[in-house]
Amino acid sequence: MPVEIDIDEKSVTAYISGEIDHHNAVNLRNEIDEAVENSYPELLILDFGGVTFMDSSGIGLVMGRFKLMKNLSGRVMIENAPAMIKKVMRMAGIEKLLSAENKREASLL
Amino acid sequence: MKPVNEMKLIFESRSCNESFARSAVAAFVAVLDPNFEEISDIKTAVSEAVTNCIVHGYKNDIGKIYIHAKIFEGALVRISIRDRGCGIRDIRKAMEPLYTTCETGERAGLGFSIMESFMDKLKVSSKPGKGTGVTLEKTIVSKGK
Repeated sequence: MPVEIDIDEKSVTAYISGEIDHHNAVNLRNEIDEAVENSYPELLILDFGGVTFMDSSGIGLVMGRFKLMKNLSGRVMIENAPAMIKKVMRMAGIEKLLSAENKREASLL
Repeated sequence: MKPVNEMKLIFESRSCNESFARSAVAAFVAVLDPNFEEISDIKTAVSEAVTNCIVHGYKNDIGKIYIHAKIFEGALVRISIRDRGCGIRDIRKAMEPLYTTCETGERAGLGFSIMESFMDKLKVSSKPGKGTGVTLEKTIVSKGK
């Protein structure tokens, strides 16, 4: 499960690609958390642009990172989620984490 | 009603098989020419069911997971996914959205909700100590559109 992580002054961006399921959520979580815990960003951006499949393990991943960032008084934002992944996110009511552009699209689905 | 096609899979409850299981079911259903959304719905529901067998049924011990998929006249797909794990004492409780027995905070408790809403029908049967089975049904209507 590849994830590329960009760290700048105030934010950490995780570009996730491939499939997110229970099997590979663990590695993803560890890599993202390591970056967050090393740099204490104000904003964690989870970029789902390269994700081709996601089940509820992805929701667990987002909710877990949301809690982590809340503990650091930071925020989480979701970028570039494909339609099928938004559909899973809608089930969990976490569309509020979608970026503005994503939200407009989600409302058209 | 007799199926027009069917397949059976038996595999070990290792998490690396989650991807294998949903891909195999998707490939079996592909003959009905489903669109991307229908195939994603089925893959997601199968992934939830198989993950439940691994995480809850066998609690990360290695046991066998059984998938039996059938296609019926009228592009109806019925997929049964079973384990011989610990079973569920209170099915109604287990099916409540956001209910989870996982304490790490990394499981959303949405498995059954997703199976229910992404498929046309969901049936769950379970006996404590004997195992759990889910039956998922969906009619492929898109013909690739």
